[in-house]
Amino acid sequence: MKKPATYMDSVHRDGKIWGLSVAALIILVPVVLCFVFNALPDWQALGQGLLATLPMYWAVGLIEIFTYVPMLGAGGTYLSFVTGNISNLKLPCAVDAMERAGTKPGTEEAEVISTISIAVSSIVTTVIIILGVIFIVPLQPILENPVLKPAFEMILPALFGGLGVVFISKNVKLAIPPIILMLALFIFVPALNKSTVGIMVPVGVLFTLLVARIMYKKGII
Amino acid sequence: MPFSANSYIIFIIVGIVIAAVLGQSIYFLVKALKRAKQLGIAGSVVKKTVSSSAVFTIAPAVAVLLGVVVLSKTLGVPLPWLRLSVVGSLSYELIAAQNTSEPLGIGSDLVVDPSHYVTILLVMTLSIALSLVLAPIMTKKVQTGVSKIGMKDKKWGEIFFNAMFLGMISAFLGYVFCDVTYLSQGFAQGFTPVCVMVVSAVVMAVLGILSTKFKIRWLTDYALPISLICGMASAILFSDLFGGFEITKEMLEGVRA
Repeated sequence: MKKPATYMDSVHRDGKIWGLSVAALIILVPVVLCFVFNALPDWQALGQGLLATLPMYWAVGLIEIFTYVPMLGAGGTYLSFVTGNISNLKLPCAVDAMERAGTKPGTEEAEVISTISIAVSSIVTTVIIILGVIFIVPLQPILENPVLKPAFEMILPALFGGLGVVFISKNVKLAIPPIILMLALFIFVPALNKSTVGIMVPVGVLFTLLVARIMYKKGII
Repeated sequence: MPFSANSYIIFIIVGIVIAAVLGQSIYFLVKALKRAKQLGIAGSVVKKTVSSSAVFTIAPAVAVLLGVVVLSKTLGVPLPWLRLSVVGSLSYELIAAQNTSEPLGIGSDLVVDPSHYVTILLVMTLSIALSLVLAPIMTKKVQTGVSKIGMKDKKWGEIFFNAMFLGMISAFLGYVFCDVTYLSQGFAQGFTPVCVMVVSAVVMAVLGILSTKFKIRWLTDYALPISLICGMASAILFSDLFGGFEITKEMLEGVRA
């Protein structure tokens, strides 16, 4: 007899249908606009633009799947990989929600809380951007006010300071090695900066997993 | 049809895609809410998850909106609206736009040529296409593999997830310090992100202590958005104190010259 579909089975099934449909829609937009405006791309510039952009983005995209899926959960991943802004919005939001709800990562409870949190975050972001687009004229001088610029530019430090306290205080022993490694790398390797931090996330994750395994085997944690 | 980067037809097409994305979020929200009830997760926990996630999202979402404003000067309003509501982030889209604008020989003025417009849009779209397609295809395999770890050894499963979170957090903490060594060249701007992070961390710690000591439950629920806003507000002060918040190429070239 066929086993009845579980909640997770249905999440994966729906995620696949929604994900591929939305992906097709997004990829179709430039094609449709070519027809609407009766315009072809500048093939040479397209080639050069893709050559300069695509390899890095595709490499990061591939690594991100392996890095973020375990942390976001299935429902969270299907939504986040469509709505974007994962590290600066969706993931911290989900991590904080799971922590406050007291759910253990990897469980179905955590999966559900993560999905609720990311879905709400995606809806709120979309609505705020819609409102912003409607009121772009009066909002532009406020958003671009030079006084406010540092506040918007410093979101990541402001976010990870708070989140760091929660996780580091709970895992002090395990936190020390990756923090030392990342501090050394970012301070002494000039090529590492804000634009390369995304690439360093998988490095940090892999290193911490390795250290965690060794510490666990030796009974340190 | 005559081309304009702010043409109503682009607004309509973009509106359809965003409606679909919004539909996906609502669908998964309803599905997860129903499952939460079946699993016996307390209604109060679900309500707090919804409200604190919404509150937390406001400040970062306004920053995303700022990205729409920045990009709209070159690409009109509807395209940045689409790119930043779906998949993209400002830094990714700016790089993709710049990498295409250079071979097209166009500057930062509003795009008036439809061929240039679709070329930039194609580069942006194809660059993120892999993530879009891979997520629905690979998520199940990756998640099934990870869940086996937790099933084999519960304690290691828990440590595994904590290690992943810590690995990610450590990368961002490292980035916060990336410009501090420029102090030797007379630039203190690199200390702005460090001080912002410290303010946010201190606020979070104080809120944690207060909520435990005085049993103020709502403080725990909104601790992250409060620490985020305090950190962001402090950035204005520290940026003023240190003369900025980042070290630019121009600043370093000025020193070398």
